Amino acid sequence: MFSNAKTNEKIAFAMLRLAVLAVVAFVCIILYYIISNGLSAISLEFITEMPRNRMTEGGIYPAIMGTIYLIIGSMAFAMPLGILSAIYVNEYAKPSKTTWAIEMAIINLAGTPSVVFGLFGLALFVKYLGFGPSILSASLTLGLLILPVIIRASQEALITVPKEYREASLALGVTKWETTRRVVLPAAIPGMITGAILSIGRVAGETAPILLTGAAYFLPRLPNSIYSQFMALPYHLYVLATSGTNIAQTRPLQYGTALILLIIVLSVNIIAVVFRNHYRKKLSR
Amino acid sequence: MSSDLGKKTEIQVKDLNLWYGDNHALHDVSINIPKNSVTALIGPSGCGKSTFLRCLNRMNDLIPSCRIEGDVHIDGENIYSKNIDVVDLRKRVGMVFQKPNPFPMSIYDNVSYGPKIHGAKKSDLDGIVEDALKSGALWKEVSDRLQSSALDLSGGQQQRLCIARTLAVKPEVILFDEPCSALDPLSTSKIEDLILELKKDYTIVIVTHNMQQAARVSDHTAFFLVGDMVEFGKTEQIFESPQEKSTEDYITGRFG
Amino acid sequence: MINRNLKEKGIESLLFFSAVIAVVALFLLCIFLFSDGIILFKHISVTSFITDTKWFPTAEPVHFGLLPLLLGSIIVTTGAVIFSVPLGIAAAIYISELADPKIANIVKPVTEILAGIPSVVYGFFGLVVLVPFLQKSLGLPTGQTALTGSIMLGIMALPTIISISEDAINSVPRSLKEGSLALGSTKWQTIYKVTVPAALSGISAAVMLGIGRAIGETMTVMMVTGNSAVIPGFPSGLFAPVRTMTATIALEMGEVPQGSDHFHALFAIGSVLFITTFIINIIANYIKRRYRFSL
Ligand SMILES: Nc1ncnc2c1ncn2[C@@H]1O[C@H](COP(=O)(O)OP(=O)(O)OP(=O)(O)O)[C@@H](O)[C@H]1O
Ligand SMILES: [Mg+2]
Repeated sequence: MFSNAKTNEKIAFAMLRLAVLAVVAFVCIILYYIISNGLSAISLEFITEMPRNRMTEGGIYPAIMGTIYLIIGSMAFAMPLGILSAIYVNEYAKPSKTTWAIEMAIINLAGTPSVVFGLFGLALFVKYLGFGPSILSASLTLGLLILPVIIRASQEALITVPKEYREASLALGVTKWETTRRVVLPAAIPGMITGAILSIGRVAGETAPILLTGAAYFLPRLPNSIYSQFMALPYHLYVLATSGTNIAQTRPLQYGTALILLIIVLSVNIIAVVFRNHYRKKLSR
Repeated sequence: MSSDLGKKTEIQVKDLNLWYGDNHALHDVSINIPKNSVTALIGPSGCGKSTFLRCLNRMNDLIPSCRIEGDVHIDGENIYSKNIDVVDLRKRVGMVFQKPNPFPMSIYDNVSYGPKIHGAKKSDLDGIVEDALKSGALWKEVSDRLQSSALDLSGGQQQRLCIARTLAVKPEVILFDEPCSALDPLSTSKIEDLILELKKDYTIVIVTHNMQQAARVSDHTAFFLVGDMVEFGKTEQIFESPQEKSTEDYITGRFG
Repeated sequence: MINRNLKEKGIESLLFFSAVIAVVALFLLCIFLFSDGIILFKHISVTSFITDTKWFPTAEPVHFGLLPLLLGSIIVTTGAVIFSVPLGIAAAIYISELADPKIANIVKPVTEILAGIPSVVYGFFGLVVLVPFLQKSLGLPTGQTALTGSIMLGIMALPTIISISEDAINSVPRSLKEGSLALGSTKWQTIYKVTVPAALSGISAAVMLGIGRAIGETMTVMMVTGNSAVIPGFPSGLFAPVRTMTATIALEMGEVPQGSDHFHALFAIGSVLFITTFIINIIANYIKRRYRFSL
């Protein structure tokens, strides 16, 4: 009986270990395939040149630039809005129907599939507001998509600021906003920025929403205004891998594009973590 | 209750009731706190001392579930009337908390924080900081490192910094909520000396769990028990001949 | 002073309006999605949309049947859940109960990498590695099957399931576990008789969120499931191509004329998708709140 329980435990633990190994193995296999195949495709020309010969040769420069435009556009929209919203919800709002509605909206926006955001962007920005398929429409759509992420991260950053700081400031006869601005925000900003950086990775990788709001299959030049269509890395990868000319022959280009995308997303994540740890140390001194 | 306290009163509290949601935390508290003296609030844990103290600068406004009825007059002005500006009130009634809570900034910035926001001229700040730190009995220890972080100070120094920070705003009243409970005996005695010094210029209300401290620093003492203000009078009288049985029990250590 | 109060009020209003934008956005999202979707039902009856077994949006006569797409989404998601839930929970148990902290500190960020990889990269990996692999090893006519989608989606859902389950397991009070160990139970008996049951509501929230993530995922399934709109059998349908609701929208929106029935049908599908994930979210959130409060 006793030894039976011991044997069961051994078997169970072995399986748990196996599960973790499997998860780690997935990560390694995926990274291995993309990196080992992509590395040889990457060169200076690859990231600085236009695609040539119906996208079977040349680089991915316009797709990289397009993704950068999207990051700038969506962050410019979502970051201030997200931070201000979080300040309202955490610092100002008293429990009420309105705050409940805001919380529910954030939760549900966070769980809405990105392709639904794409449909929404198409209906509202492209069609109804007449921005057309464009950088503007896609940036706003992506901005809405990451808004809940930024709000959540900012809220978490605000929660970690000790209540004592606020009380001390208010007890000195300092107004709520001055307290928020001079005591609460300086302590919360690193966390907020970490959240914002993380959502850059999200913007860079999203495909479905931009597919519906302005990403172009191919453009011979860079977009010249916010109302232009654009190329972007994730969509470019999709196009090359599924509907390009001569799919098998352009595999190296596909791996290269995937690797560039992966590098952007993962390095953004690493930067965020390093940034956070750096400031944590500074604050908790 | 002995009511001839002699001096002109500065804080008059009348029939103050307070609820946290359904919890009736203060019942009909009435008390006259005199000017330029130290008044100690004592009583067992959870009896409402902090709650009462926070009524005097309306810090309880921050708690959404909190509801208050009754009057609190400071210098004849009802601080709960509609046309009172809470921010101005808190400038006049400063507060020092149980746990030292300096901002994560330099010593200098901590002290100059209030005056700067309240519009003091940049050129005056150095003087204000120096004066406040001197009044807070901290100047000698930190004058050579004003720009270093306040978080590097010892607990006792931090608490004196918090007092200096409050003084820099030039309040009329200072509320202390167990200011020494997180400190060692030496720091405690420094702060007690400081409070005795400060009462020349300020009206002081202090919550304490330490009977000796109440006896040492205060002129008047109020005893609270589960939301009631049971007894208020001159400190010697409260300690030597309490009128109420429960006060005596508490002071002699029979409960609490 | 009046000036100061005006400024404070002004700032508060600005903050308020920022926060309300999230609500407005969700509201507008419903309006625009539903209003474009509903137009479909001028020409096609709701019953035929729900019960028609064919999705032939460009054939003559047209069929706008939700069923094959809905079932496509369901079978892929079900497969993903069967694959990822046991794996994710096992990994979470290992990380929080067994692994020594040093190893946990390595394994955790590694699983988080999975959350960072873009879905199009998963799709690409599935397409070039998993699809040919499954085709060969299972001897299938094509490797683009529901199963392929399930495996890829399962991998993508893992980080969500692992991190939330791990939180739930960590928040089980130590005293509960020690009580069990003190009675002479083995560590494993304690885990499956005490710890996991106590964390169960948190774990189920994790599973719900994982399902929500899987059902809404677009690019990956679109690239690896073959996208043929037929009603899948079960379990045989796992080994054949399917088409999900998400893939249908993304694939076809580019080619439809705006304002056509087809266009509106895609919005109708989007509405179904939105309502589904909305309900899942609400449930997951409800469970999550409850377990937080009860501990
Ligand atoms: N923010 C709050 N919300 C709800 N109830 C509160 C709050 N603060 C205090 N209370 C309740 O009010 C009563 C009085 O609390 P208070 O903190 O004033 O006691 P106290 O005399 O200062 O105790 P201590 O000596 O432990 O500091 C207690 O029953 C407490 O539970
Ligand atoms: Mg107290």
